[in-house]
Amino acid sequence: MTRRFASRAVWVGVVAGLAVWHMSLVGLVDSFQNRPILTDILSLGETLPLAGIVIAGAWAARPLLAGGLGRPTPAQALMAGAIAGAATGAMLAVLSFFILVLKPNGMLIHATPKLVNDLRFFQDAALGTLVQVGGGLLLGTAAASLNLVQRVARRALVWGVLLVLLFGIMNTFVTQILRNLPLKWLSTFLYRGDGLTIPGAVLLFAVTAALVAGWMLRGTQVRAGYAALPNASRQTTKIAAFILLAALILILPQILGVFLSDVITNVGLFVLLGLGLNIVVGFAGLLDLGYVAFYALGIYSIAVLTSPASPAFHPQLNFWLAVPIVMVIGGVTGIIIGAPVLRLRGDYLAIVTLGFGEIARIIFLSDWMTPYVGGAQGIQQIPAPTINLLGLALEFRKPQDIYYPILVACILAALAAWSFQRSRVGRAWTAMREDETVAEATGVNTTVYKLMAFSMGATFGAVAGAFYAAKIGVVFPQNLDILISINALALIILGGMGSITGVIVGAFMLVGLPGLLREFAEYQLLIFGAVLVAMMLFRPEGLIPNRSRRAELHEEEGESGPEGADGGGGPGEQPPGDRQPHPMEKPASGLALEAVAVSTRLGDRS
Amino acid sequence: MTGAQMSSPAPALDDILVASKVTMRFGGLVANKDVDFAIPRRGIVSLIGPNGAGKTTFFNQLTGMLEPTSGDIAFNGSSLVGLTPHEIVELGVARTFQNIRLFGDMTTLENVMVGRHVRMHAHWWNSVLRTPHTRIEETATRDRARELLDIVGLPHRYEEEWARNLPYGDQRRLEIARALASDPKLLLLDEPTAGMNPAETGRTTELISQLREQLGLSILLIEHDMKVVMGVSERITVLDYGEKIAEGDPEEIRANPRVIEAYLGKQATSA
Repeated sequence: MTRRFASRAVWVGVVAGLAVWHMSLVGLVDSFQNRPILTDILSLGETLPLAGIVIAGAWAARPLLAGGLGRPTPAQALMAGAIAGAATGAMLAVLSFFILVLKPNGMLIHATPKLVNDLRFFQDAALGTLVQVGGGLLLGTAAASLNLVQRVARRALVWGVLLVLLFGIMNTFVTQILRNLPLKWLSTFLYRGDGLTIPGAVLLFAVTAALVAGWMLRGTQVRAGYAALPNASRQTTKIAAFILLAALILILPQILGVFLSDVITNVGLFVLLGLGLNIVVGFAGLLDLGYVAFYALGIYSIAVLTSPASPAFHPQLNFWLAVPIVMVIGGVTGIIIGAPVLRLRGDYLAIVTLGFGEIARIIFLSDWMTPYVGGAQGIQQIPAPTINLLGLALEFRKPQDIYYPILVACILAALAAWSFQRSRVGRAWTAMREDETVAEATGVNTTVYKLMAFSMGATFGAVAGAFYAAKIGVVFPQNLDILISINALALIILGGMGSITGVIVGAFMLVGLPGLLREFAEYQLLIFGAVLVAMMLFRPEGLIPNRSRRAELHEEEGESGPEGADGGGGPGEQPPGDRQPHPMEKPASGLALEAVAVSTRLGDRS
Repeated sequence: MTGAQMSSPAPALDDILVASKVTMRFGGLVANKDVDFAIPRRGIVSLIGPNGAGKTTFFNQLTGMLEPTSGDIAFNGSSLVGLTPHEIVELGVARTFQNIRLFGDMTTLENVMVGRHVRMHAHWWNSVLRTPHTRIEETATRDRARELLDIVGLPHRYEEEWARNLPYGDQRRLEIARALASDPKLLLLDEPTAGMNPAETGRTTELISQLREQLGLSILLIEHDMKVVMGVSERITVLDYGEKIAEGDPEEIRANPRVIEAYLGKQATSA
């Protein structure tokens, strides 16, 4: 057992070391050497190798098997952490010597002596190497000891540290928000220069840790207390919470300031896109990779309908009048595009729709369409939506203003998607996604329902396009590339396929986070890729999964069905052909039932 | 509930479904050849035959999943040939599958509610707006689905459970409930007791008879379990190599030498 922990620790350490190699060689470590987290103490560049060591140490001390089997003894855990930390540190040392000896900076431009200096924490060769390996050993051991302390303490500690890091990285936005609130004194207390002050960091850590620990220790009591309240007061609490939330959402752009409001309106546009694509992909199970076509259609329709600069046809309609027309155009186009691909399923459908997406962009760019939509010049002077409220003319152009119409559109779209899900139409879509043949044999007209899904999705996409055009005021076909389709699809997967909350969370993660991380724009795609891979490995069902997807992907983790009173099968009995849970993943008491289940199943097949 | 008051099987005066000279070719393979077949109204009829005899192919033609190469299938006097499966469901023919095919990631109740699809009227705009009429329809559908779960004997605690988490026997019951939700006049059951233990088989046999009594259904069974077939059917048709080789009541089929030959080989008859 000890040997297995040791060998795994070496592996974990080497992998973490490779990750740090990667971050060093792409320039992350050196570039952020002067970007403080804690002013004068810790820079972001230094945090990266340290984080590698800490994660390696903590990871190495985890139980060997999922579900808590193969838990290490305290000694084993500390040893594993020490080994992993030292291994990561050794990898840093190896990299340092490698750079100095081979001088590979012709090819790897970031592999400079300066990087070595950073990696050795500004010490000379001998002491630096000692710091790397010895420091790694100590830090790894410390990280491993996290597994030994109580769960409450561990969580509180980890969350506290994470929040300090987060506030350190997000300093500009936190300062901005605090200034708008106005809590300027708090921001001067928390920050000095670009980094956190020591008292600020301590305060943040203490508050977070206390909140996390408090919730973990007293959370159930609080919930029980809430449940014990009479219905009327629970109702009041709910209404109060709702009003508070609504008020927060309403004043949000004023708190956030211009830049963050712009980020959040972009999030809103992708929520609209995501909700539409979610109908097609998540509900109906039709993998559409050309969704950008409908977005483009919405953008161009609104441009032609409202802009005075539209080349050929310019009715100059009011935005609010044009939106329903755009919806109809979107819906009809959805049917037209859906019709030829009705017979295709899965991968084939994906490839064909991918083609449609490209075709849309090329058509808008083409000479043929240039007289109508302006070709590469695009269409300019798209007017902002306006409202005439009691003689008061409101124009929604600035990020802080267009936020409101987009918010309303998002709420309406989410309500529509929610209603669909719980209706005859939604059930027919789900049935089609589960098994098209059986859905047809159960009475669902799959042709009509496929077209309906395409049409609904297209309508949502076109509306998103309309608001996008109104927000930026000009359209260029260059912006309408495949990346929008990919992003919309990725946010659905990230958030959780088929789940409406998931779409919203996914849009924040995928569109909001990159907006916040513009300081790291150079490395944005790198971070993005790493986050996506990690997500798919550790949480394949998405952040806020649709309840059924979750059950599907985590059934081996103790998801058990009702047990037939007649002994017809054990818990989790499945139709033949489904993946069987591995017996080792279940607690020992489940093994007997599992055996019964397996034997019944064998009997079933004969 | 249609025909809930029927206390005894009505005499088979007319046929609800008549198939005449149905032939199905897949390239050179003849899966069904000139099959004549009829299901009397409120009758329970079985289709049997060795593996590969063309039973399921025949079934698939009745439900519109395959179109016969030649021949005609008439349901209540109108032809089913050329109709899509969902149109046939709407006319009143529902089926279950040999290998259970539930919508695994939908709840038990939702599975039955999907089955009721053809008897509902909500369009997409009703669905978005949740009009009062639509809500009433939803509630009615839910109630009907619960009733059907009662009829097939599934406990209420299963309602919110994923269909694929149900025990095997109950999954078969759920498939029947889903089929019943479309208010069929004719129910086609493809090996409803496959893979069941004797106790479950017994209960399913009871259920089949009870469905006819309670709902006034006509039922066609494909079944391998001879005990079930002989116990429940009024008439049995035997297919072998795609052709009908025998037809009659259980006693006649039991004694028919061609049937014994088809099942057990030539020696069995000569011995």
